[in-house]
Amino acid sequence: MSEISSIQRVEFQDRVRTALNDVNLQRAMAKAKSGFVDKRLEAKNALPEFDQIRDAARDIKDHVLSNLDTYLELYEEKVIENGGYVHWARDAEEACSIIAEICKASGARTVTKGKSMVSEEMYLNPALEAVGMEVVETDLGEYIVQLAGEAPSHIIAPAVHKTREQITDLFHEHHSPLGYTDRVTQREALVNEARSVLRERFVSADVGITGANFLVAETGANVIVTNEGNGDLTSSLPKVHIVTAGIEKVIPSLEDLSVLLRVLARSATGQEFSAYTSIYSGPRRPEDGEGPEAYHVVLLDNGRSGMLGSDYQSMLRCIRCGACLNHCPVYGAIGGHAYGWIYPGPMGSVLTPLLNGFDSAVDLPNACTLNGRCKEVCPVRIPLSDLLLKHRTEQHERKLTSATSRWILTAWAWLVRRPRFYQAVMSIPLWIMNRVSRGSGGLRWIPFGRGWTNTRDFPAPSRKSFLRQWYSQEKGHE
Amino acid sequence: MKTHQSNSPITVGLFVTCLADLMRPQVAFAAVSLLEHAQCEVRVPRGQSCCGQPALNSGDRANSIEIAKQVITEFSDVDYVVVPSGSCADTLKNKYPNLFSKDMRWARRAQKFADKTWELTKFLYEKVELKEIDAALDGVYTYHDSCTGLRELSIYEQPRELLKQVKGLRLKELKDSNVCCGFGGLFSLKYSNISTHLVSDKCTEICNSDADMVLGGDLGCLLNIAGRLRRDNKKARVFHIAEVLAGMTDGPAIGDPEESQ
Repeated sequence: MSEISSIQRVEFQDRVRTALNDVNLQRAMAKAKSGFVDKRLEAKNALPEFDQIRDAARDIKDHVLSNLDTYLELYEEKVIENGGYVHWARDAEEACSIIAEICKASGARTVTKGKSMVSEEMYLNPALEAVGMEVVETDLGEYIVQLAGEAPSHIIAPAVHKTREQITDLFHEHHSPLGYTDRVTQREALVNEARSVLRERFVSADVGITGANFLVAETGANVIVTNEGNGDLTSSLPKVHIVTAGIEKVIPSLEDLSVLLRVLARSATGQEFSAYTSIYSGPRRPEDGEGPEAYHVVLLDNGRSGMLGSDYQSMLRCIRCGACLNHCPVYGAIGGHAYGWIYPGPMGSVLTPLLNGFDSAVDLPNACTLNGRCKEVCPVRIPLSDLLLKHRTEQHERKLTSATSRWILTAWAWLVRRPRFYQAVMSIPLWIMNRVSRGSGGLRWIPFGRGWTNTRDFPAPSRKSFLRQWYSQEKGHE
Repeated sequence: MKTHQSNSPITVGLFVTCLADLMRPQVAFAAVSLLEHAQCEVRVPRGQSCCGQPALNSGDRANSIEIAKQVITEFSDVDYVVVPSGSCADTLKNKYPNLFSKDMRWARRAQKFADKTWELTKFLYEKVELKEIDAALDGVYTYHDSCTGLRELSIYEQPRELLKQVKGLRLKELKDSNVCCGFGGLFSLKYSNISTHLVSDKCTEICNSDADMVLGGDLGCLLNIAGRLRRDNKKARVFHIAEVLAGMTDGPAIGDPEESQ
């Protein structure tokens, strides 16, 4: 186990180093950083009851998670009543093969996709391409990362790691053969060019795949929230619409939806409401002017049911707003790709080990200063930093941490529990370090502390500890 | 034992914290001085060392429990426990009780201990309402809000209010004062390049604020910030808030050479 974790550690540290040295990434992240944070704060301050709505949102999700089977069955019943199909997938592989089968059975060649993190989780695109489908991402950010051959680096802003210059280059490279030979650099022109390229794709697509922000049990509807309207074109133009969602996405009613929508956009982008909030409840009915002929929902478990009733159940409340990423200083420094899987930042560091196995991402829960900002901003009050600490305990108990670090901890704790001996022992290095550094104010190198001293001075310690000074003074008074 | 004459003095046990004990004893002397100024009888139990955060934050519950039991026992006969650090105070106050979910007797003791535990500035401002602080320091300061104190103990206005009483001192707020400095205990060693990135951002904002000094309530953060400022030859001086409130700023600031003054 410790061998696995040491390999992983090297990989993680390599990704971090690459990220910190990536000039474009650093420029893009610096630009994105304060925007999300300031806008959320503004939106929160404009709604005095925001914190009460967060409590209500948490309670709704908790209620669902305590009665998940009931709501999922009710939801399924309603979807079927509306003329749709519900498919249950135990894991990513099963979900991919269900979706591939639906595509094949409908004779599809081209598939358009709205942004769906759960489809990223199941590696849907390569699975569909393997059975001959052409897959086109239609969310602008997803489209950009698809052109770049990358994974999204943020759960709501997939291309946040890219600078505008990089996007200009990508579009020029990929759109020139389609006749867009001008090199466009302005934001609006880039959006218009992508829109124009994608427009043809929307019309020619055979199957549209979207995610779901919520699944409403009482009506059997799926709800998607976007700012681009691409989700609507993906849902309604092709003759088959497939919705992919994790089983935790179900909520009881439209009433509950209104509560959750009030915290979602504010937490995500600082908007009161997203530009498009669309509710779909099945295939086209005879009286409808448009809509898909067939409507499928693929519900993915992939480890979620295992979290029910566990110490990590609250993680299933997550509504994927991205606020924890936007407020995480570590995410801001290294971006999403360094985390190694599709869910980055605090929510990803909690979720990845739960979905992929505790030994799959040992670094993630540790690469956190426990500053608690994620927990502070979460719209459904997931105690993210507490869950990261919980993961560390789990790792320690499963011996996923290195034997050396456990041994050092034990030796240190042994010493700490013998304060007088501790004070005597510590006086020696203290005296030496003070002798060496008091003239300059700090050490430029300390044993086992290069991580610190490579980039920072280690401030000079005191000549004599407080406790020893205090008690020698006291003796003097006696 | 140092005592303060009063009709019915409240007894305060000072939990020194390992960083103040070893790195910056003056912080503890300052805390004693402030508590005595507030008419408290200060005791410093000898059987203390560290609150156990390195074990706790590494997921080592077994050792954390043993350390917690020792701290709780050592401070059993004082009215209050005061800690010159938000993160250590949080450990004593909010983390210890959670360690004993399977041990009712210790859970009760830990909760009783938690209830009487205070972070220093919160205790001075809210509990004993310290007035007439006799300190003067000419200059502009900026304040770094250490994460745990800010988010777990709601420490924000207390240090600023107390510092208003120091003559000659003016506040210039730090942009992103509530953003982590990148210390995070062992994080600063294990993920030193991320930690460096964060402390560099922090120091950039400190320099942009044009303040003469940076104050804060947690030595871990202050050592990190001072270490980075010194490496970059930046001139802002770094002090723990207790040193300023107690008028102990004549000597070298954190990370400055002893001969400088």
